[in-house]
Amino acid sequence: MAEAHPVGFQWVMEAKARGAKVIHVDPRFSRTSALADLYVPLRAGSDIAFLGGVVNYILSNDKCFREYVVVYTNASFIVTEGFRDTEDLDGLFSGYDPETASYDMTTWQYEGMEGTHAAGRRPSGEAREQAAGLQHESGGPPLHGERAQPRSDPTLQHPRCVYQILKRHFARYTPRLVEETCGIPPEQFRQVCEAWTENSGRERTTAVVYAVGWTQHSVGVQYIRTAAVIQLLLGNMGRPGGGIMAMRGHTSIQGSTDIPTLFNLLPGYLPMPSASTHQDLSAYIESIRGDKQKGFWRNADAYTISLLKEYWGDAATADNDYCFDYLPRLTGDHGTYRTAMDMVDGKVYGFFLLGQNPAVGSAHGRLQRLGMANLDWLVVRDLAMIESATFWKDSPEIETGEIVPEQCRTEVFFMPAASHVEKEGTFTQTQRMLQWREKAVEPSGDQRSELWFFYHLGKRLKQRLADSTDERDRPVQDLNWDYEVHGDEPSAESVLRAINGHDLRTGRVLDGYMQLKADGSTSCGCWIYSGVFAGGINQAARRKPRDQQDATALEWGWVWPYNRRILYNRASADPQGRPWSERKRYVWWDEEKGEWTGHDVPDFEKTKPPTYVPPEDAVGVEALRGDDPFVMQADGKGWLYVPNGLQDGPMPTHYEPHESLFRNPFYSQQGNPTRKVYGRPDNPSNPAPPEPNADVFPFVFTTSRLTEHHTAGGMSRWLPYLSELQPEMFVEVSPELARERGLDHLGWAHVVTSRTAIECRVVVTDRLTPLRVQDRLVHQVWLPYHWGTVGLVTGESANDLFGVALDPNVLIQETKVATCDVQPGRRPRGRALLDYVEGYRRRAGITVETGTRLATVGPLVDRAHLEGAHDPEIGPASEEEGER
Amino acid sequence: MTEHSLFGPLEDVAADAGHAEHPPRVGFFTDTSICIGCKACEVACKEWNLVPDDGFTLLGMSYDNTGNLGANTWRHVAFIEQELPLGRRPPPFEGTPTGPSGTGEVAEAVAAGLERVEHRGAELGTEPVEPRPAPVDLGMPSFELPGARTGAEGRQEFRWLMASDVCKHCTHAGCLDVCPTGALFRTEFGTVVVQQDICNGCGYCVSGCPYGVIDRREGDGRAWKCTLCYDRLHDGLEPACAKACPTNSIQFGPLDELREHAQQRVEQLHADGVPEARLYGEDPHDGVGGNGAFFLLLDEPEVYGLPPDPVVPTRDLPRIWRYAGAAALAFVTAAVSVFVEGRKR
Repeated sequence: MAEAHPVGFQWVMEAKARGAKVIHVDPRFSRTSALADLYVPLRAGSDIAFLGGVVNYILSNDKCFREYVVVYTNASFIVTEGFRDTEDLDGLFSGYDPETASYDMTTWQYEGMEGTHAAGRRPSGEAREQAAGLQHESGGPPLHGERAQPRSDPTLQHPRCVYQILKRHFARYTPRLVEETCGIPPEQFRQVCEAWTENSGRERTTAVVYAVGWTQHSVGVQYIRTAAVIQLLLGNMGRPGGGIMAMRGHTSIQGSTDIPTLFNLLPGYLPMPSASTHQDLSAYIESIRGDKQKGFWRNADAYTISLLKEYWGDAATADNDYCFDYLPRLTGDHGTYRTAMDMVDGKVYGFFLLGQNPAVGSAHGRLQRLGMANLDWLVVRDLAMIESATFWKDSPEIETGEIVPEQCRTEVFFMPAASHVEKEGTFTQTQRMLQWREKAVEPSGDQRSELWFFYHLGKRLKQRLADSTDERDRPVQDLNWDYEVHGDEPSAESVLRAINGHDLRTGRVLDGYMQLKADGSTSCGCWIYSGVFAGGINQAARRKPRDQQDATALEWGWVWPYNRRILYNRASADPQGRPWSERKRYVWWDEEKGEWTGHDVPDFEKTKPPTYVPPEDAVGVEALRGDDPFVMQADGKGWLYVPNGLQDGPMPTHYEPHESLFRNPFYSQQGNPTRKVYGRPDNPSNPAPPEPNADVFPFVFTTSRLTEHHTAGGMSRWLPYLSELQPEMFVEVSPELARERGLDHLGWAHVVTSRTAIECRVVVTDRLTPLRVQDRLVHQVWLPYHWGTVGLVTGESANDLFGVALDPNVLIQETKVATCDVQPGRRPRGRALLDYVEGYRRRAGITVETGTRLATVGPLVDRAHLEGAHDPEIGPASEEEGER
Repeated sequence: MTEHSLFGPLEDVAADAGHAEHPPRVGFFTDTSICIGCKACEVACKEWNLVPDDGFTLLGMSYDNTGNLGANTWRHVAFIEQELPLGRRPPPFEGTPTGPSGTGEVAEAVAAGLERVEHRGAELGTEPVEPRPAPVDLGMPSFELPGARTGAEGRQEFRWLMASDVCKHCTHAGCLDVCPTGALFRTEFGTVVVQQDICNGCGYCVSGCPYGVIDRREGDGRAWKCTLCYDRLHDGLEPACAKACPTNSIQFGPLDELREHAQQRVEQLHADGVPEARLYGEDPHDGVGGNGAFFLLLDEPEVYGLPPDPVVPTRDLPRIWRYAGAAALAFVTAAVSVFVEGRKR
């Protein structure tokens, strides 16, 4: 966090000054570790084993916050009789289909809620293709059943209640197995368990903070799920000083999922409709909310229709399903990596790149660049002429002959972008806080804001299509595209107002999403942001200094939803509505006034008393009990167990990374059995057990950021003051590995995987340590990933080393762990590089099938997941097909 | 006061320099125990003061690639990696199968590399960490045998110190006292600033600074150093580095308040189990009369590349003049006596 998020780290330092204990778990001793009270090294990719060990410690030593767990989580709910755990199936859950590498989740459901929802559900294989896990980000997946309240056993004794299932599932995660998997000595592990549990309960809370590297694994979502299980068991959710904070990689990455730049989402985490199941608006709405489910997600119809009204205005009417059919439909995986492969395969003609540098920043740089070299046109909008705009003349593939500038068919349009000080707008940070930003200076030269670009692009498209009679042009013709303009720059405030939403009968701006209607009388560009313009005021622009308000600082910026600083803060009071302790007083029930009150905006219906019990037939918001704090969830509870929606299991399970040196010590199932792999010649994998020859790539490597640079370097490598601070690409190795491989500090080395080899300078440092895993010594190396071929300082790109293997829930790439070789000296150049890497592949026996046999247990262990019919041989691209 | 003091405690530096009415003396307290090595201070300083970059060379002194303070680096963050404990913190690599530390080899490589890079500032400043004697190698080969042992074999302790260094704005500033042109002057805030339009590049100040801070810029010839953002102080703003520091490791304010706060911080750290914490440069009785910019360190100053006992060259000035005076007197006496003797003849 100190390394990549130094500004946020000030609060960690402030907490430390007030007595907080800081524990840092990381494969490499970083700037964060330097300031931590306890540093715990672990093997990259073993986090679920580590956290699962903590879960086991809590459950087997009875350390959970019992009162919280019984009432506020789903610990007492009963799961179907048909459910089988990884304990029963050697690493798989019930419902696994080896053909599609996906789960049928029927048996995972709560008892009595398993059968009635088949109509609205996508086939499991398709859900995996579309990263369906991501589509539940704001409210959890729906529950379908006869009743809103699942059957439960508040004594937690029922053998099929979540608590008992969880206990059995994690019993295997002993300190011994944690040590054997992660390389964490038992004494250190005990210190973590004790610190975490002792600092949780009525009087104290513990926070988990992670940077997004935690998500970049083939089991990334389950990493965070394991942390969530611990935080729920210890009562650290919805309470001050608790929670799980994601440090996002850019200023507004939270904003870019809220109002998404993702293929499978609409604003406010409404899923993008699917061609196979969402034939009309009602089918869509019924599939994204349960028919009897609790909570605010039940009102998905109002959110969806208000969005359609914002998109298409008067053209959207009840008679035409509010133009629902204008929305594109998903037909499969359209994620960023699939798209890159489709470019290579000639299926994509044009591409817009905005503030993104995939030639350096995305996994498998060579694939990215070969893809971009095979387009008709490419538009790059960035601050500087980044590698993704110049790959056709200076990428590493020029030297190998795989791209020939004179023959590269892609026409690149570079549009200089205005920087954040040259445009107004909002940033949404990790706390879901929107902060308004004024324009400080006019953009120079031809630089323009994104808003300007898209507004005028939209206007020109509408102009071009104005006279068209083609039905397919109607969505553009009818598009609501009226925004206030200052000169030729659209007003960002008017866009924010449209996102906030209007009452279409009165023209007034709305005060929040509770006012949204499903009858077409309201419009709203993103329902969770509704309220950012409450009272007609730009709430995001509020800047009351902290010495003029209390610690919650409700008048600084605006936090979705409804300016609530801590989500689910009803949980900061006990079931009767009293603070758990004076020390942790936050939101509570005021009996006299008959309302919820406190330091924050209560995340609960203001006047619903803690004792409220809904009528038997209630659904939606009305069905929420007075002690259901998790108001977005379909059952009002925090989920220790996920009965629906996650692609890879209802509970986290340790699986080895896609590329690993070790056999999974927990189960025969080696890796995540549902991870997305792309078995094709241009995407080879290093072997992992039970495949042979894993030790051709004998080291584990991981990548991350340096403080001095920003991700793929577009915002730092062109600035002298940042470039001088970290001027060269390097690899960090431990003194032990340096001696073993003959690597000299500041000398050259090259790092090799089955994709390519990159060269860089060597930094030998005590900050890296070998670990003992399964009675073997394992070396880990670390690489920053900021460099490319242009800029003031240049270097080779760490991301070129990775292949494409993805988490099935969100289709994020596994770029935080893989295997490699490290050799002293510089790498071969030109065609010799291709031959060199081919030599490694040959020695490792790598074919197109390597790494694609997902199930390693059960009858179909040999099922390889390949793309089309491929020659299993992977060779260097031939002259003809290689040249673009 | 008609004469400038040359040594020892000095209550009011600005008045001593002739500022009749002046604001309180201000300075920096840099608390290195909360420095996270982000280098925001280096960048903010250069941005505000339009200082040029210092060249793009990988020095490999841990994460320090600017090397030391100089004409083009007015804030400099030192990174020190050592196989040593820190406070009560458990050894970071306790129980991991390590071999001997690599710090020695690294320091040698860095030292060799530094000889090759062009002159990057003053002679003193952060030097590569002295190689410490490596622990006796207790059989390296055995740890390469898989699972041969279960306990720790080598380095277990480790600390990574970070500290942002800056011009000390000494009470008795050697640079100022030796400046023949008057380019260096004491401001009303008690700080020491070079006036670039007066500096003739003679370089006396470079050898006059006991910390090796001030330096002549190549291709320009004039001497440059931290101004404690003199222009910002005039506008009631804190210096750029302090403003940018995310953890408040760099604190700016009236020197009296900073000293009081620093003393409390040391006591707090001692109570929290960090007995190594100490102040550096806050003592008005030291060789420069105390610094306007002082530090909280977690080890001896040498570890950070700071001189343990800096002395302003002018300390010896009265003594030198006394010797010179005595010598002159002796000459005069001798000469006079020659004539007196001669007249007697």
